[in-house]
Amino acid sequence: MTIDIKTQVIQPKRQTFKHVADRLGGDRAASRYEEATFDLQPDVNFHYRPLWAPQFEQFDRRRTAIVMRDWYDLKDPRQYYYATYNIARARQQEAADSAMEMVERRRLLDVIPADWLETVRFCLLPLRHYEWGANLNNAAITAFGWGAALTAASCFAMGDRLGMAQLLGRIGLLLGGNTETALIAAKTRWVEDPAWQGLRRMVEDSFVTEDIFELFVAQNMAMDAMVLGLVHDHFGAECDRRGATAIPLLLGFAAEWREDNARWVDHVVRVAAAEGPENRALISRWAADWSARAADALAPVATHVLGTAGGARAMEDLGGRFAERMVRLGLA
Amino acid sequence: MRMMIILPFIGIIERETTMNVQKKISLKDRYRILTRGLDWETSYQPMGKVFPDVGFEGIKIRNWDDFNDPFRLTMDAYWRFQAEKERKLYAVLDSFSQNNGQTAITDGRYVNTLKLFLTGISPDEYMAHRGFAHVGRQIPNAGLRISAQMQALDELRHAQTQIHTIGQYNKHFSGLHSFRRMHDRVWYLSVPKSFFDDAVTAGPFEYMVAIGFSFEYVLTNLLFVPFMSGAAYNGDMATVTFGFSAQSDEARHMTLGLEAIKFILEQHEDNVPIVQHWIDKWFWRGYRVLTLVAMMMDFMLPRRIMSWKDAWDIYFNDAGGALFGDLARYGITLPKYVDVPAKEVNRLSTEAWSIFYQYTHAAAFHTWLPTDQEMDWLSASYGPDWDRLYRPRFLHWRQMEKEGHRYYNNALPQLCQVCQIPMAFTEPDDPTRVAFRDTVYRGERYHFCSDGCKNIFDHEPEKYVQAWLPVHQIFQGNCGGASLDQVLDWYGIEKGVDNMDYAGSPDERTWKEWEAMRGRVAG
Repeated sequence: MTIDIKTQVIQPKRQTFKHVADRLGGDRAASRYEEATFDLQPDVNFHYRPLWAPQFEQFDRRRTAIVMRDWYDLKDPRQYYYATYNIARARQQEAADSAMEMVERRRLLDVIPADWLETVRFCLLPLRHYEWGANLNNAAITAFGWGAALTAASCFAMGDRLGMAQLLGRIGLLLGGNTETALIAAKTRWVEDPAWQGLRRMVEDSFVTEDIFELFVAQNMAMDAMVLGLVHDHFGAECDRRGATAIPLLLGFAAEWREDNARWVDHVVRVAAAEGPENRALISRWAADWSARAADALAPVATHVLGTAGGARAMEDLGGRFAERMVRLGLA
Repeated sequence: MRMMIILPFIGIIERETTMNVQKKISLKDRYRILTRGLDWETSYQPMGKVFPDVGFEGIKIRNWDDFNDPFRLTMDAYWRFQAEKERKLYAVLDSFSQNNGQTAITDGRYVNTLKLFLTGISPDEYMAHRGFAHVGRQIPNAGLRISAQMQALDELRHAQTQIHTIGQYNKHFSGLHSFRRMHDRVWYLSVPKSFFDDAVTAGPFEYMVAIGFSFEYVLTNLLFVPFMSGAAYNGDMATVTFGFSAQSDEARHMTLGLEAIKFILEQHEDNVPIVQHWIDKWFWRGYRVLTLVAMMMDFMLPRRIMSWKDAWDIYFNDAGGALFGDLARYGITLPKYVDVPAKEVNRLSTEAWSIFYQYTHAAAFHTWLPTDQEMDWLSASYGPDWDRLYRPRFLHWRQMEKEGHRYYNNALPQLCQVCQIPMAFTEPDDPTRVAFRDTVYRGERYHFCSDGCKNIFDHEPEKYVQAWLPVHQIFQGNCGGASLDQVLDWYGIEKGVDNMDYAGSPDERTWKEWEAMRGRVAG
């Protein structure tokens, strides 16, 4: 038997906002993502040129060589708006907190051989500065990109990368026996160790990359594919082999986040490339150039962690998979 | 009052974060390590090229590390708090929608304040989001940058949740359906639009002073509180729930603004005159935008919270006065022209509502004449001068309506080059004379409503000559055509539905149907 509560029915005059209905092809119920995203960025009648970039309008499609008939084609397949984004991340963070608590409580780091623990510190902890760079780059995409579909998602990515940097920081505190020591050493490595300089140079070069979509491809597609691929796939597998399962456990949130983020990145790249041959050529070139640079930059780190042959195999694997991904996304 | 909002919030953060603190590491150190430790001095690319926008404003920073983070909020805690707030807010919004909460408001006229809010303010929340993203990209200090980035996230939250909150009203009322289009085009919405465009196109330090300090700290109570209290007083459960939900964000923003300005002032004495000019400018710019709020409070809310005059006394004179007392030790004085709002306080809302009454055919919300009872309230709030100067005007317009000649002003008004409000404000010391100011710049004459706006222009004429002035644009043929109908189409205003008086509008019909429904004994 069902319970039938009587409610007064009031017929709405319209289902959604007009600019949303126009995109949906008619006035019908729209999702909260659609209402919170479509046409949110002002696109005409800007009053003043930016004092800090008078060659551009306040928002300007010419911030990139990529041309889109409609930048709102670059929707977020995860349909994140602020609420769903934060709720998803809070849930993941809770799981990450539990993992960290378990590693501490069961002293899972104690069973890792000392030499491998040192390798973990070498490989993992400087990457919080890489994540910090990714935070900066996604802030740039949010500030200078065109259209709320892209820039709202990049704003969430900006928050994510700070979260990832801080997750690595917390792992660093654990690996430093609850002191700052390991993180200080990691920063010195990031700034001084020859093995890390290729990556740092590349990150700093990305900071001054002016084309905003090139920056998107460089950071979120190419560099991430190599760096995060090395960490989560190759380094993670090596941790398992060496009885350091606590490390992949601590990185669980980061690994899950990486998949989530890649769904968005792949969709944006696929749609932008499908727009036309000029876009495809540009994106293909950027993806190829930045991924090749990233592979070169990472090689010393991979060698340090996986040995000469292992490092080379890892980089080859990552390069191969990146090439497949490019094909899958319609890049040349 | 302010501290009461802020302190419990800090308390929550500290309690929550403590749960994760590793033994031996204090909360403060943990934050320092996890956030401040992320930065490094770039060397493959010079810092000046990585952060190119922090130099040109002339602000001198001796040591970025002096910036004191007011919140020490890490991202994990941010996600947790914000997710919790969003779960609660959306539960209320779902319930509001399921139970047709829009039928519980005091009167159908109330929705016009929401129209003003969604077309005028929510798009500016979005602009604040982009502005803080710019600051969050440009500031070469992890603490301030992260605070700005979190505010960029918060402002996106406010834009999106306001759309979802007021979206329920859009399903039943007119004037809300094209808020985005209207914001970029409609004449009076260029007032809030140009305000935020002005801030976002300024440098990162000016933006922090303009929005972080002047707007968030000095003026938010005069914008946010009246709208949200108006919702509370008028049975709008959805909007007031948003208001409560955003309160802790706002408290955080206010504190950041204050910390940022103190930091800038403490870094170098040469910064003081630069900041003082920004405070002068953004006080006046913000005050002019608040004209719309004054009008909303005194004329549009079916159930009033307090008069504009009371709000100005409480939130600016008392709270703001104390604040500027605190800043005096840096050599900061009260903003220029701070005495003018007090001189205008008895007439500001009336002068504004009179503009909209005359131009109701070109507005995206409805207008009406105050009832006798409402006029009595206005005269009680504003004294005998209000009766002497303004009651006769409304009575005259009422008479014209009765005779079938409702008054419409069909001439396009002259706009102030800076605030973009039609030039209808009167002289601070003489409410019977319209104020005109002007400046000749490169052979062209520019017009202003006040000394405050003229002062802003004279300081940066090359910026303000660029203003996209709605009336000029109509005359130049950039707004869909030369006739009113063409312009309204271009604005996205549905003629005879969104515009004109409330009496006889589809909104009024809807409201009366709901009232009748309530009155029936059985469904």
